[in-house]
Amino acid sequence: MDQTLSERASTVTLRVNGTDRSLTLDHRTTLLDALRDHLDLTGTKKGCDHGQCGACTVLLDGRRVNGCLLFAVACAGRSVTTVEGLTDGEVLHPVQEAFVARDALQCGYCTPGQICSAVALLDEAARGEPSHVTPPERLPGGPVPLTPDEIRERMSGNICRCGAYPNIVAAIEEAAR
Amino acid sequence: MTRHEPATAQPRAAVRRDARQKVTGEARYAVDRTPPGCLHACPVPAAVARGRVTAVHADEILRRPGVHAVLTHENAPRLGDADDPTLALLQEDRVPHRGWFVAVVVADTPENARAAADALRIDYAPSEHDVRLSADHPRLYTPEKANGGHPAVRERGDFDTAFAASPVRLDATYTMGALHNHPMEPHAATAWWDDDGLTVYDSSQGATTVRDVLARLFRQPQQRITVVSAYVGGGFGSKGTPRPPAVLAAMAARHTGRPVRLALPRRDLPAAVGHRAPTVQRVRIGAAADGTISALAHDVVTQTSTVKEFVEQAAVPARTMYTSPHSRTTHRVVALDVPTPSWMRAPGEASGMYALEAAMDELAEAVGVDPVELRLRNEPDAEPDSGKPFSSRGLAECLRDGARRFGWAGRDPRPGVRRDGDVLSGTGVAAATYPVLVSPSRASAHAAPDGRFVVRVDATDIGTGARTVLAQIAAEALGAPLDSVRVELGSSRLPDAPVAGGSSGTASWGWAVHKACAALRATLASDPGRTLPPEGVTVEADTKEEAGRTYPYARHAFGAHFAEVRVDTATGEVRVGRLLGVYAVGRVLNARTARSQFIGGMTMGLGMALTEHSTMDPSFGDFRERDLASYHVPVCADVPDIEAHWVEEHDPHLNPMGSKGIGEIGIVGTAAAIANAVHHACGVRLRDLPLTPDRLLPLLTTRASAP
Ligand code: FES
Ligand code: FES
Repeated sequence: MDQTLSERASTVTLRVNGTDRSLTLDHRTTLLDALRDHLDLTGTKKGCDHGQCGACTVLLDGRRVNGCLLFAVACAGRSVTTVEGLTDGEVLHPVQEAFVARDALQCGYCTPGQICSAVALLDEAARGEPSHVTPPERLPGGPVPLTPDEIRERMSGNICRCGAYPNIVAAIEEAAR
Repeated sequence: MTRHEPATAQPRAAVRRDARQKVTGEARYAVDRTPPGCLHACPVPAAVARGRVTAVHADEILRRPGVHAVLTHENAPRLGDADDPTLALLQEDRVPHRGWFVAVVVADTPENARAAADALRIDYAPSEHDVRLSADHPRLYTPEKANGGHPAVRERGDFDTAFAASPVRLDATYTMGALHNHPMEPHAATAWWDDDGLTVYDSSQGATTVRDVLARLFRQPQQRITVVSAYVGGGFGSKGTPRPPAVLAAMAARHTGRPVRLALPRRDLPAAVGHRAPTVQRVRIGAAADGTISALAHDVVTQTSTVKEFVEQAAVPARTMYTSPHSRTTHRVVALDVPTPSWMRAPGEASGMYALEAAMDELAEAVGVDPVELRLRNEPDAEPDSGKPFSSRGLAECLRDGARRFGWAGRDPRPGVRRDGDVLSGTGVAAATYPVLVSPSRASAHAAPDGRFVVRVDATDIGTGARTVLAQIAAEALGAPLDSVRVELGSSRLPDAPVAGGSSGTASWGWAVHKACAALRATLASDPGRTLPPEGVTVEADTKEEAGRTYPYARHAFGAHFAEVRVDTATGEVRVGRLLGVYAVGRVLNARTARSQFIGGMTMGLGMALTEHSTMDPSFGDFRERDLASYHVPVCADVPDIEAHWVEEHDPHLNPMGSKGIGEIGIVGTAAAIANAVHHACGVRLRDLPLTPDRLLPLLTTRASAP
């Protein structure tokens, strides 16, 4: 049953935060572990490894995904943005800025996932993608207004055990303005 | 008696100092540091609830690619005694509960380690197990002490006679299942040995304590052990005592001669890092027709493991809360074949105040007195149990202020009358309390020639804002601008300090920081003209004497919680519409981080009331809900906008900062406030947490069909 390395590993290229990175990875390595253990991008966190907490949220070709649910070799050629890729040099992304201003964090462990999720959420709403709580009478096409209920619904894949939710909602409202 | 002078003002809502590191992903937690050559360890939990390991087929695993070692009780390093049997890992073949670690597999990659651990065959000789807690369990006993060193039993007056003679008698039993801390960062450690000894990056609430325990376990002098807990992804008590990852990683590192990283999988947490023990709580209140309490009994039944005695001190708050000339408060416990319970945010108060405050609501209904008024009528002049005066007791003010903010006045007490279609709504109130605790700490304060200061203390910032608040305390004591002070914390190389626990961090570390900074300021002031030497000036402080003082006062924080809920009578679902807390916690040092602490505690209380539920499978002897898909931590959509306020409280009998702890009181009354609101909404008195639809719906149906 033991396999040789070549049978267990492949070399793939991922575009991570704008740079092509070529990696030889065990086929079992998740995108999350590839980022953390192979690229030392430890901003992306592991809270459950089972798609249940959102701590590992990153953007894959601009859409939010749980990095722990994807095999890295299956992401070959795709573009990944992590929390480290959101800052522009020393300048924080507006969502990061709002999280600081609103104290939308305590221990900070869920925070990178919350922030990546929020960045994607702003795009999804701008594109007019409805959520469970979007009023059905709302005409399709235009952006979805980000009410607190819309934000709460759309952020419910990211658990914060410290309970920073009210501040997270306030931060995202602020960033959406 | 020491009276502390009121402190001068500093920025009261300073921005969290590590916020930038946390929003950019720069903050490195224990599992974010992987030294070169690091191996990866995966622990193997026991697959029986009780018995012995008879064989570990390590040879099969050691042939797999990348596997370096399999540690078991047969080959693991022998450990010294550290007075914590939950850490006597891989020392013997006994399996005290399912999930107890019986082996550790070490491999070159996390993938290889996990696959090998999954494949490791272990033979057991299982024995009969008993994991079922019941109020009439034949092996229940009265321990000497409950957690926190509280006597298990306290009696005043003659409860039985007074209760029998009371015009109004309430006798109700409340239950709750186990709860799990589930900090977002699973417990993890990276350890290595070199010429300097052992270094461990550990996910812990107190690096000094972990260092001391590791020194005893590995029979090393303390100075040969360094523990770093620079960033910690929450703990809520579960990282307050040293946990298996640090011990197992250090053992594996010693065995292999390489650095070893060990991160617990989420599913291992319920059995390995403590839980809030389930409780069965009987509350009896005897009162006059106007609601004045004459007799109060709170009898708690709970569980511990066969490894270590831990008794959730749920009857303790009843010793503080209300006038009760005749009182009995008791704890009984049974040692089952379950994982060892431990601290979870406000151990004792959270569960005990749920029962007591739900009972107060029932009493209010029975005597026809508004629940806020009922509590005001039972305000004691002194702490009932100790007879000591309160150093400050802001409960009445919290209740009044909360009632005003919440719009409580004119509330229609009738249950089940506010209907909108299928939905009934209601409001509830509950009180909260948490003791003022403090432990000795050391700290140093350093003045550099350039006018900057460095404060060093092995405090831990588990998300409380300690980095920020300690800097504020230092700046205030130094009379220096906040941004001239740097704080170093989170390493056992810094001056020794107690754990972040018991809501005592700020008081304990802050006192030492204050003392060091005040001394430094005096030193500098004694010679205002001098230029500092290039190495600057350092002053050290130790609060052993101060923290050990006894006070002729009962010292507690208080609070009041108000909740508004909607109960869907078609589905049994409860939604919280509003949650408001008002606290009397001495001086609030940082409004921003304090508010976050309060709303975080209240959110956990909401989970305790409505969503968080763990059950024990009697045949497997295991928690059924071991992941975040089955154990429901509240998510964003569950949590309304939460309001947290505090009243001005100047208490000179606390510490130089005038502060009481704030990390735990937020959870304390929340579950009762919500449960009381559910009753007000729909008239159903469900005395078992959490109030999930499957439990509530049958009662709603019965009530609806009643004549
Ligand atoms: S770590 Fe991926 S969802 Fe929890
Ligand atoms: S900030 Fe700690 S889990 Fe969200």
